Amino acid sequence: MALAESITTRAGTKLSAQHVQMAFSRDGKTTPVLNDVNLQVAKGEFLCIVGPSGCGKSTLLSAIGGFLSPTGGEIRIDGEVVSGPDPRRIFVFQERGVFPWLTVEGNIEFGLFKLAQRERRARVAHYIEMVGLRGFEKAYPSELSGGMKQRLEVARALAVNPDMLLLDEPFGALDSITRLIMRGELLGIWREERNTVIFVTHDIDEAVQLADRVAVMSGRPAGIQQTIDIDIAHPRDISAPRYLELRNGILEQLGIAHHV
Amino acid sequence: MNALSAPRKWERFLWPVVASALFLVMWDYAVVHTATKVFPSPLMVEQGIAELSRKGVLWAYIGDSLRRVALGFGAAVAVGVPIGLTLGWYPAVNQVVNPVLQMLRPISPIAWIPVAILLFGVGDGTAVFLIFLAAVFPIVVACISGVATVPAIYRRAGRNFGLSAPQLLLRVVFPAALPQIIVGLRLALGIAWLVVVAAEMIAVDSGLGYLVIDARNSGKRYDLVVAAMLMIGLIGLVLDLGFRSLRKIRSVRWGFRDES
Repeated sequence: MALAESITTRAGTKLSAQHVQMAFSRDGKTTPVLNDVNLQVAKGEFLCIVGPSGCGKSTLLSAIGGFLSPTGGEIRIDGEVVSGPDPRRIFVFQERGVFPWLTVEGNIEFGLFKLAQRERRARVAHYIEMVGLRGFEKAYPSELSGGMKQRLEVARALAVNPDMLLLDEPFGALDSITRLIMRGELLGIWREERNTVIFVTHDIDEAVQLADRVAVMSGRPAGIQQTIDIDIAHPRDISAPRYLELRNGILEQLGIAHHV
Repeated sequence: MNALSAPRKWERFLWPVVASALFLVMWDYAVVHTATKVFPSPLMVEQGIAELSRKGVLWAYIGDSLRRVALGFGAAVAVGVPIGLTLGWYPAVNQVVNPVLQMLRPISPIAWIPVAILLFGVGDGTAVFLIFLAAVFPIVVACISGVATVPAIYRRAGRNFGLSAPQLLLRVVFPAALPQIIVGLRLALGIAWLVVVAAEMIAVDSGLGYLVIDARNSGKRYDLVVAAMLMIGLIGLVLDLGFRSLRKIRSVRWGFRDES
C-alpha cells in the first residue's frame, strides 16, 4: 500500500500505550480485561477502535482518559504518563453525559470557569454556532432530541479546547439517519479543529467511514489484533471497491462472515 | 371523565370543590342527625374562625406557629443539608455514623419533649428544637441518598473538566442531587408542621397547637378546637403546594416525572 504512508512517522506521536494490562477484581476473582495492549496514535489522527462487544474497548478508552489506571504497562500522552483525568483530553459519552440542570449555554460554559467572562461568552457562542444549536441557547437538555444532546456534549468538550477527544460509542443511542448526519458533522469539526480523536465503536462501517486508522481488538482478554490504515480521501464513497475491501478485511479480522 | 383524555381546566377545579362541599354537607348532616351538643357544625366553626379573627388571635397564632416552623425547619436545612451531602460524599464516614443516625431516626420527636424542656425550658426554644429534630433526619437521609445516586457519568465529566473536589460537590453533585433533596425537604416540612402542633400544646402559650388545647381546657369551646384544626389543615396544604411548585423551577424539573 503505497498510499498508506505511516502517519505516525509523519507527525509527532500523541499517545503511546505500551504493554497495557488491565484486570478487575471482584469477589476475590481477578478477571483480565486488557492483555498487552500496544498502540501509537499520531497528533491530529482520527483513530477508531473496533472489537466485539464487551471486549474492553471502553476500558481502554477510560484508561487513556485517566479514569482507570492500568494494572500493568503504561500510557503516555505527549510523553507524560497519564495519571488522572485532564481537561486537555475530554471524554465524550453517549448523550447521557450532558448536565440536565444546565441550559445548552450552561453546559458548554461548564468547563470554562478559568476564563474571563468575555472569552467565555465568545467560546460559547462559537461552539453553539458550530454544532448548529443556535436558537436553543436557553433550552434544557430535556427539551432537545438525542442528536442535539450529542452535539451539545461534543460542543461542551470542544469548548475547553482539548487536544484529544475520546469518544465512547458516541452515536450508539441515535437512530440511523441521525447517526449518519452526526458522522458528517464530526468529520467537519475534526477537519476544522484538528484534535486527536480516539473513537470507540462496535460499528465497522462507522469506523471505516470516519477513521484514518482502525485498531481492531481481539476478544477478552483483549489486545490490539491489527491496525488498518484507511487510505481513502474524504468524502468517502461507501460503495467504492476500496471501501468495501477495507470493511470486509476488518470483518474477517473479527472473524465475522459478511454474508447474512 | 375519560381516563385517557386529560381533564379540562375547569374540571380540575370543579371536582375538588364538589368533593369539599360534599364533605361539609355530610359533616353538617351528621351533627344535625346525632343532635350532638359537643361537636360543632361547619357554620359554628366558621363563626368560631370569625370570632378568633375579630379578637386578633387567629393571625397572631398563625404567625407564631409559622415562625416556629420557619426557625426549626430553617435550622434543620442549614444543619441537615451539609451533613447529608458530606455523608453521601464520604461513604466511609457514612458507614461509621449511619447506625447512630438510624437509631435516632425512629424516635418520635414527642419522646424528646422532656429532654427538650430540660435543655431549653418551657418556651419557644423547646418548640423550635422539637421541630428541628423532626425535620433534620428526613433531610439528612434525602441528601445522603441523593448524593449516592448521582450517576457516575456526571462526576466523571466534572472531574474531566478539571474541577477540584469542592467544585465538584457544588457544581455537579449538589445540582444532580437537588431534585431528591427537594423531595426530602418537602417531606420534612410536612413533618415539621405536624410537630409544631404537638410542641405548642406542651411548651408554649401561643400558636395553633396551643389554641387547640386552650380552647378545650377553657370552656370546652369545641367550635374553636375544630376551627384551629381546620386552619392547621389549610396552612399545611398551602405549605405543601408551595413546596410542590419548587419542582417547576427549570433547573430541577428534569428530576421529576411530569405530574403537575
